[in-house]
Amino acid sequence: MIDKVDSSVVLWGQALIYTLYAVAVLVVVGAFAYKVTRPGGNTRVPTWFFALWAGLLVVTGVSIHLTTANTIPWVEVDLDRESYTADKSFEITIADHQFQLPSEQLAIGCGDQVEFVVTTDDLTYGFGLFRQNNTMLFQMQVVPGHRNDVLWTFEKNGVYTIRSTEYSGPAGHQMIVPDAVVVTGCDTTDS
Amino acid sequence: MTFARTLLDGNRGAFHPSTLTPMQKLTLRFVVVGLVYYAFAVIEGMIMRLYAVEPFPELIPPEQYFGILTAHPLVGIFGSTYMIVFGAFLFLVPFLMKKPIFSYRLALAAFWLVAIGTFVFWFDGFLTHYAPLYTLYWPLPADTEQFHPLGGAIFISGIAMVMVGTLLFVANVFATILYTPAGMDYQPKWPLFRSAIGLTGFRRIIQKDKSEDLVPLPVAAIARGAVDALLNAGIILFSGVLILIFLVAALFNVDLRTTIVDALLYKNWFWWGLDLIADGLVLLWVAGAWYLIATLITGKPLFMQNVARAALLVELVVSWTVWSHHLLSDQAQPAMLKVLSGELVTAFELITQGLAFFITLATLWSARPLKMTNELKFLLGGLTGFGLGVASGILQADVGLNRILHNTQWVIGPHVHVAILVGLTMTLYSVIYLLLPILTNGAQLWSQRLATFHFWAHLVGGIGMGAFMGMAGLQGMLRRTIYYEGEYRVFMILAGICGGLILLALLAFLLNIAMTVGIRGAIGIFLPSRLSPAVLLPVAEEAERSAGTSPCGPSG
Repeated sequence: MIDKVDSSVVLWGQALIYTLYAVAVLVVVGAFAYKVTRPGGNTRVPTWFFALWAGLLVVTGVSIHLTTANTIPWVEVDLDRESYTADKSFEITIADHQFQLPSEQLAIGCGDQVEFVVTTDDLTYGFGLFRQNNTMLFQMQVVPGHRNDVLWTFEKNGVYTIRSTEYSGPAGHQMIVPDAVVVTGCDTTDS
Repeated sequence: MTFARTLLDGNRGAFHPSTLTPMQKLTLRFVVVGLVYYAFAVIEGMIMRLYAVEPFPELIPPEQYFGILTAHPLVGIFGSTYMIVFGAFLFLVPFLMKKPIFSYRLALAAFWLVAIGTFVFWFDGFLTHYAPLYTLYWPLPADTEQFHPLGGAIFISGIAMVMVGTLLFVANVFATILYTPAGMDYQPKWPLFRSAIGLTGFRRIIQKDKSEDLVPLPVAAIARGAVDALLNAGIILFSGVLILIFLVAALFNVDLRTTIVDALLYKNWFWWGLDLIADGLVLLWVAGAWYLIATLITGKPLFMQNVARAALLVELVVSWTVWSHHLLSDQAQPAMLKVLSGELVTAFELITQGLAFFITLATLWSARPLKMTNELKFLLGGLTGFGLGVASGILQADVGLNRILHNTQWVIGPHVHVAILVGLTMTLYSVIYLLLPILTNGAQLWSQRLATFHFWAHLVGGIGMGAFMGMAGLQGMLRRTIYYEGEYRVFMILAGICGGLILLALLAFLLNIAMTVGIRGAIGIFLPSRLSPAVLLPVAEEAERSAGTSPCGPSG
């Protein structure tokens, strides 16, 4: 089940949870605003209620990261990068606001765990893969003078565009390589 | 009174600037200039909102667009928020400590440095299009192939002026807390310092110590935020000097190797310092402002005051250790820092801000039924903004989610703009509505309808804009880029309409304030006061005497 969770599923989950949360905040503050102007009732807030609220905050703060660590497949790979060996590796360089790819199109087979190693010597850039509908598959920062690598497993067919996700001055605001990555061999297609 | 007469003399002629003390005038000058810079930021924001709907490079080329994008947050933070907050706190610290400000001249110097420094970097950005953004990722600020070194040097000098003004403000705040004015009983510095920083309250919780806090809670919040302001100014000044060395060298045709500075190390220290604003002084000062407003509205003691003091100290320490949440997508950043600093310590902000949220509401609840005044409704708006904006920030400060959220519109919409525009700005509006009668010696707000419109337009506009930017971000829309093909046009049109509401809210507010104090009153704020800087509020007889001789007073 966890293997089937991709970035679009995670984003939908996040959008749903945050929307529910936002509605709850608005309702609570709205109800408070109404009630606080009305007479009657108890004006004392019991200490246990405050303790309960504090406990809820602690549990929420901790459980967010525990939940994502156990449901989002790329977290473990990210944090324990050295323990994984890539099926395929692409060395990409960036110079003068231009991506330099090892080939015109990067071909990937279904299920491959692929390493993208992106290096640069001049400025800080970003490296992101985007679907045909412009939604993001993943991204990372590309810091000059350092090895910037990300390991990603592709389980759907798709054609992805590479785009710099970090501002590197006005000259770099259109660093886009359309349809640069192609994944084939899967049963399903990443729409 | 006719509209023209009111515009000239203010609502019912009730505002007499000649009755104001130097500190009242200085505070109002801070607020007026802060609001002018806020208008700059809103107009720049609207230009960018329109650009997001449909870019118009023939009118504003990309270089200028990114110049606006660079100036917008800096003018908003330093020119607007810092100005309003500095002005309010330079008045409130002596007001709450019941002693004169340590140095009026120092306060005046801070005013001019921040006001002029902001104009310098804004105008330089407008002319030269120096645009490394506020993040200044190395070596972009020293990239003389994209930016003229002179433009960069002037820009950085403007920022440095603001930072020096900030240091003067911090020095004045602490000096005012710690010094003993002539003619008063001796006030011991060390116990005052311990109380201001939070050590007294912390010891009281651990050791069951019964000793009294010498510093009121809002002043303690101001002092602790000032510690972060001091550290932040130090880091920004250090980074500014570094950038200046490279830019000045370029002006003399000396090409220094930018690789001598490690870009990741730079990013770490810069974010450590920069985060002291977003995750430090803003949260501390906002919590302090909530507590002050809640106690002034209710006239009741703060709910769980000791816990509130302790939470402020925890927040101060937390603010020093959360910077790594900005580097979760930097693969060379150690994983341990990502998890400890980026995720776990950052989650503490949910706890500390959540406690401040609860404590403020509980304090208000203790005095129900309350009248829904402007200060109360804007306070509730501010609480709502942080309730929404902090949580969205906690989500992106997650290793898994950051991989697909970093640098998207999610970050800048539901997190940054909702927290700043709704949370921070509505809190500041609440303070302004609350302090207006005190600072103006009783000026009466011209239109309650405009104030109500101001509230709803700002609230709906701020939350709506953040929400639609966030929806676009979840669909992959990046921040800091230009989309020429209309990829996210529907979201951007909706966000633009909400941005327009914020602009309308500002115009309503400015009109209301202009009609409240009048043009003569507004000019009078900038004329010298005849009263002593040591006097914070005028005594009634002196105010009446001054009003009688005022050009816009009853006999004028």
